[in-house]
Amino acid sequence: MQGSKGVRNMDDNLIIRGIEFESRLWVGTGKYKDFNETKMAIEASGADVVTVAVRRVNIIDRKSENLLDYIDPGKYKILPNTAGCYTVEDALRYARLAREAGISDLIKLEVIGDEKTLFPDTWGLLQATEILAKEGFIVLPYTNDDPIMAKRLADAGAAAIMPLGAPIGSGLGIRNPYNLKIILETVKLPIVVDAGVGTASDAAIAMELGCDAVLINTAIAGAKDPIAMAEAMKHAVIAGRLAYKAGRIPKKLYATASSPIEGML
Amino acid sequence: MDRIPSGMRFFVFMKLIVNGEFFETSNAGTITDLLNELSIDPGQVAVEVNLSIIRKSDHSTFRLHEGDKVEIVNFVGGG
Repeated sequence: MQGSKGVRNMDDNLIIRGIEFESRLWVGTGKYKDFNETKMAIEASGADVVTVAVRRVNIIDRKSENLLDYIDPGKYKILPNTAGCYTVEDALRYARLAREAGISDLIKLEVIGDEKTLFPDTWGLLQATEILAKEGFIVLPYTNDDPIMAKRLADAGAAAIMPLGAPIGSGLGIRNPYNLKIILETVKLPIVVDAGVGTASDAAIAMELGCDAVLINTAIAGAKDPIAMAEAMKHAVIAGRLAYKAGRIPKKLYATASSPIEGML
Repeated sequence: MDRIPSGMRFFVFMKLIVNGEFFETSNAGTITDLLNELSIDPGQVAVEVNLSIIRKSDHSTFRLHEGDKVEIVNFVGGG
């Protein structure tokens, strides 16, 4: 049943460690033209989760506006990330600062391995996940589409797994749907596709596979009309989820007539 | 230590490194003082002094010292 926000579905809400998410579309807040565009795109997306990064306050120009002046933490779940961290130590530091600056234990954990691909350093990611989970964080690790690593992260205490569809900001879509399918079967945690979505059909494919949610930033913020693309993503995620739950027909090589033979002249 | 005569304001100029920049302050005795001086709302930031996070509840009592490395961070747009 669809509620007022469109993405809301009272019978089908995603729950991670007791936190209920009204939307299966999560959105980032980076790369927008300005805070007003950020706010309008988020509203159009219907998302109730927004990711943010942790950075130094500008102490020289104190008149600069704050993101949270535009995104009400009472209305949206703020999911801080550790983007830009290339070592376990840095990721832990940023995660702990994020928890102190924010209001929840949620952390989208990134330990990046390489500047060119921004692929995760899963060796470091696993260590950081274990440490932060023990400190009471709700750890959502950004990982690659490797089912074995997903299992290891789950064993290390992750609350959900966030495999990439393709490199961050690449827009290449879901490059390995088969691996995602195996992750879905082997890990009994929510699976949130993070990174790689380029357009609405990519988001729909992720949801049709059975993924629990999709996190999108660049595909919306970088579109010619970010607000229209945010709305497109909202519908794609709803459509994909409904199609997954409805159960698609098997693929067959040959045709099956939809109209009856009986009664023909 | 010498007693400060009553009624006399005792100014100490203290050099800190705040967010990687040299910062000289005359009235920042505590983190709360420093945030006030910088017009920063303490609600939306996290403060680290010499790599240790100082909880918000301790801002008003945590005393800063010459040469302390202070980091003040907040949330910005990100994916």
